[in-house]
Amino acid sequence: MSKLILTLITFVPLAGAILLMFMPRNDRVIKWTALIVSILAFLSSLHLPAHWTHGAPGFQFAIDAPWISSPNIHYHLGVDGISVWLVLLTTFLTPFCVLISWKSIHGAVKEFFVLMLILETAMIGVFVSLDLFLFYVFWEATLIPMALMIGMYGHERRVYAAVKFFLYTMVASVFMLGAIIWFYIHTGSFDYVTIQNAIQSGSISGFNRAAEFLFFGFFIAFAVKVPLFPFHTWLPDAHVEAPTAGSVLLAGVLLKMGTYGLLRFNATLFPAQAHEHALWINVLALIGIVYGALVALVQPNMKKLVAYSSVSHLGFCVLGIFTFTQIGVNGAVYQMLNHGISTGALFMLLGMLYERRHTYEIKEYGGLATSMPVYSTLFLMITLSSVGLPLMNGFVGEFLILSGAFTAWQWYGIIGTTGVIWSAGYLLWLYQRTFFGEITQPANARLADADGRERVSLIPMVAMALIMGVASPLWIRMIDPSVEHSLRPSSVGTAAATRSDLNAPHIVAMGNPAK
Amino acid sequence: MNSGPNFNLWVIPILPLIGSAINGIFGKRFPRNLVATVALFFPGAAFAYAVWVVSQFAGLSQAQIPHIERLFSWIEAGGFRVDYGFYLDQLSVTMLLIVTGVGFLIHIYSVGYMAEEGGYYRFFSYLNLFMFFMLMLILAHSYLLMFVGWEGVGLASYLLIGFFFLKQSAAQAGKKAFITNRIGDYGFLLGMFLLIKHFGTLDYDKVFNAISGLPVETGVGMLTATALLMMVGATGKSAQIPLYVWLPDAMEGPTPVSALIHAATMVTAGIYMIARSNILFLHAPIAMRVVAIIGALTAIFAASIGLVQNDIKRVLAYSTVSQLGYMFMACGVAAFSAGIFHLMTHAFFKALLFLAAGSVIHALGGEQDMRHMGGLRKLIPWTFWVMTIATFAIAGFFPLSGFFSKDEILWPANVGHQSGTQHAHAAAHGRSGHGGHVHESPWVMLGPLVVLAIGSAVMGWVGWPEALGGKNHIDKFLAPVFHTSSEPARSAENFSATEPQKSDSPQDEIVLERTLAAVSLATALAGLGLAWLFYVRRPELPDRIASSMKGAYRTLLNKYWVDEAYYSTLVNPVVDGSRRVLWRGVDVGIVDALVNGTGTVSKELSGVTRRMQSGSIRSYAGWVALGAACVVGFMIWMGLHT
Repeated sequence: MSKLILTLITFVPLAGAILLMFMPRNDRVIKWTALIVSILAFLSSLHLPAHWTHGAPGFQFAIDAPWISSPNIHYHLGVDGISVWLVLLTTFLTPFCVLISWKSIHGAVKEFFVLMLILETAMIGVFVSLDLFLFYVFWEATLIPMALMIGMYGHERRVYAAVKFFLYTMVASVFMLGAIIWFYIHTGSFDYVTIQNAIQSGSISGFNRAAEFLFFGFFIAFAVKVPLFPFHTWLPDAHVEAPTAGSVLLAGVLLKMGTYGLLRFNATLFPAQAHEHALWINVLALIGIVYGALVALVQPNMKKLVAYSSVSHLGFCVLGIFTFTQIGVNGAVYQMLNHGISTGALFMLLGMLYERRHTYEIKEYGGLATSMPVYSTLFLMITLSSVGLPLMNGFVGEFLILSGAFTAWQWYGIIGTTGVIWSAGYLLWLYQRTFFGEITQPANARLADADGRERVSLIPMVAMALIMGVASPLWIRMIDPSVEHSLRPSSVGTAAATRSDLNAPHIVAMGNPAK
Repeated sequence: MNSGPNFNLWVIPILPLIGSAINGIFGKRFPRNLVATVALFFPGAAFAYAVWVVSQFAGLSQAQIPHIERLFSWIEAGGFRVDYGFYLDQLSVTMLLIVTGVGFLIHIYSVGYMAEEGGYYRFFSYLNLFMFFMLMLILAHSYLLMFVGWEGVGLASYLLIGFFFLKQSAAQAGKKAFITNRIGDYGFLLGMFLLIKHFGTLDYDKVFNAISGLPVETGVGMLTATALLMMVGATGKSAQIPLYVWLPDAMEGPTPVSALIHAATMVTAGIYMIARSNILFLHAPIAMRVVAIIGALTAIFAASIGLVQNDIKRVLAYSTVSQLGYMFMACGVAAFSAGIFHLMTHAFFKALLFLAAGSVIHALGGEQDMRHMGGLRKLIPWTFWVMTIATFAIAGFFPLSGFFSKDEILWPANVGHQSGTQHAHAAAHGRSGHGGHVHESPWVMLGPLVVLAIGSAVMGWVGWPEALGGKNHIDKFLAPVFHTSSEPARSAENFSATEPQKSDSPQDEIVLERTLAAVSLATALAGLGLAWLFYVRRPELPDRIASSMKGAYRTLLNKYWVDEAYYSTLVNPVVDGSRRVLWRGVDVGIVDALVNGTGTVSKELSGVTRRMQSGSIRSYAGWVALGAACVVGFMIWMGLHT
């Protein structure tokens, strides 16, 4: 069972998609089938944390079987403490994406849910693949259904946004493909673990010369996906045009593929290059944090506002990774999950407003707290999670990242921490303009409050934001060993600086009481 | 770490949280008296439990203090760990009684005050939530857990200020409070990062132990930097210069909220934090001096503004800012226990003033402009008398509480800044211009007023100075927390002295203290004289002076235009700059234009190969992306070879 569980989780949605294709065009049946399939995928993914071997940093539930003999491609899947949670994030979000698309998709309903389930398989595949070829296939496979979801079911400028999204990210991925092929030529393997061991033992000829190019090959693909400033302009366009479920999956999971890649490949396979380039990468991340937040502050369109806030939040994740402190990287991984929950939920909330008023313009709203009290309360909770209020999930991630950043270099912390002020600014201002005051537009006076289906999709998100804020060790205890494992090769040159970074000055300070 | 008894301290904050959750989730369907019952039961139970805990605490030996109870971990990563844990010593015990006691009284009062308002359940849910966070703040055993309460009370304050969310000004004030506090929290966070970097922990016991082993810093080192950053956090929460601007606006909230949050408890969190970190601050003399100066400046500055405000609640707000300045100043001159003592008496008389003011407002059907009050003594006698006690207490009349606590800080200041409050009190005298519909408040409101009035009258006695034949229990009680005891205060106990003397302090501190004393004495005397002259003796004078000294009067009335200055130098440039420069300029005009523009150029250049292209939007966008990727690739390639 434990060998096949990852295969099961990955391909249950695809099987569901195939099943849907052969079903009659009865929208009701199709929706329920999609919902059940996505819930099945979620339930089977719960097997992973339930049967987790705690304290083990390596890949678990691994399966490694030859797939194609020439070129030498393996069907190699496995998860460690980092990727397991990204798998769960994907399977957790997808049922809610089905739910919120219940009424908002008109026409070609079957195709929509087929695309969504194919997308789910591809996303899970990215996180569980340990064969680089397989990884690349899944990576590119996420593009097609997402681009189609934007292009077919989006708003006015959907084709422009879909094509921009598709080509921008695809072209960037080509550089990664080049790097992957280089590895295959020089090692005869696509296997992540094999390649990692080969790099560490220094047995790849010409690696030192090529490492710089390889690092950038991966980096460009991931930086565009994150998106890191200045590669971010596809994101607001894609978000504004995407249907709600598309935005949720895009922000919730697809962007994490970028930060996951930076951690799994750039930081872990190329520790020397990663350290060498950490400074300007972190500068870009810091620009992203501040710039994304400031641009978000002045957006007249609420969906664009949240899109830019993602640039800011993902900047935190990149910053956390490139501090190479254990606390910072842990925070980055946790923040990936937090962002998936809080921004995913924010897009769900915006989608519900859009279904009612067919606009994302902030000035069209105001005073909704009167007409939609339950919705307003849930919106507030998610806002607080996104702002990083303590005891909500966002705080734990941001705090760990920023204290890691401060430990690495105080200026990272000093600049990055301004993010807590900006995020309170743009989100509370959005909240005030949308919910407080008298109702100015008559259309807003009769808006229906969140109905049963909407509450079922929102309350678990709020609950998750709270639980992750109160009981973070449930997650981080599994993440921590894998983070340490990822950092260990990267600290070869710097004398295992990760854990001792934190404690060494402490010991010094305690050791000189007489001074 | 200690094998002492287990008090289950977690119960104290959890109780009001349960109350908040019950009212928040089910309150809408509850009848009003059930909402009120829930809202009173849980804070009341927390108060009762706190009293029991304190009685047990009294039985602990000094070796068992601080009493620490750890539950389980909240955050742990890479060797860093923060537990849910609670810390009980003389300081948190004092705060615990103030917060649960005064808080419970204000809850009772609110039942009457809010009886006519909509959103009754929502109000009490927020109020209980506030109690939860405030109790977390004072009982936390580490800075990070204190920060939970710290941000949490800010949230509760945001919700309660914005309670009348239909009023744009209330919503605006709530947001302003939250964001201003966040600016302070920025400092707090950086302070914590410094502590983590150097000590690897945020637990009080470990941090304090580590610091006490370090030498006192003469220059600006790590400890001074940490202390100053922490102080920035404190200036936000405790409304000191330059972050005080949110507190007067916060008066948009319901009056019991002003009493509880913006007078008695939340705004004192900054003082509590500094007092809690006394070891840190004592190792950073420069930071101490900054604290003292900021406190003194704030005390004077706020008092002068308060002098000319007309809204009764705003007058009280500026008076609070000023009083908090005194407490800050006390901490800055190492008179921590004096600061906490004043915090305690202030909690009583300022809560009383606010609630009494609320009772006046209630009686007048919402009138807050003092120029329309007057002649209320006969109409609302109870309110009048408790307000009189409060006013005399804050003015520091012997033997009311303000006398002792202000005296502790600096004797000359004890004439204090009663100008504003005097002025509020004056409202109750004077000619009556009201019809017969003015009514005394119900007993559910008057009861808490009377209890607070008694407290205001007698609470100061626990700090009866030895120079006056007392025992100064509070100073002795808190002494173990503040190792130093309160040396500057002790000298100030010399009742007849016009200048504080401190034989055992460095010379420069005496100079500093004398300067502070002289400045605040001058301002306080002037304020007292003016207040009496303007509002009691010659009520027509303000108008005449206002017209003859237009400039000065308007400067004060407009609060030195600080808000306007902040808006034009900080807020507007950020918003406009973000819109014009960053968004329209950089993002759309440069970054995205480059992405799209390189594509256009590529397309133009590809005239030769145009037949390969269909000319559709797809291929256009294709070239866009390809062009962009080429540019990026080229730039990186160039970067590698230079």
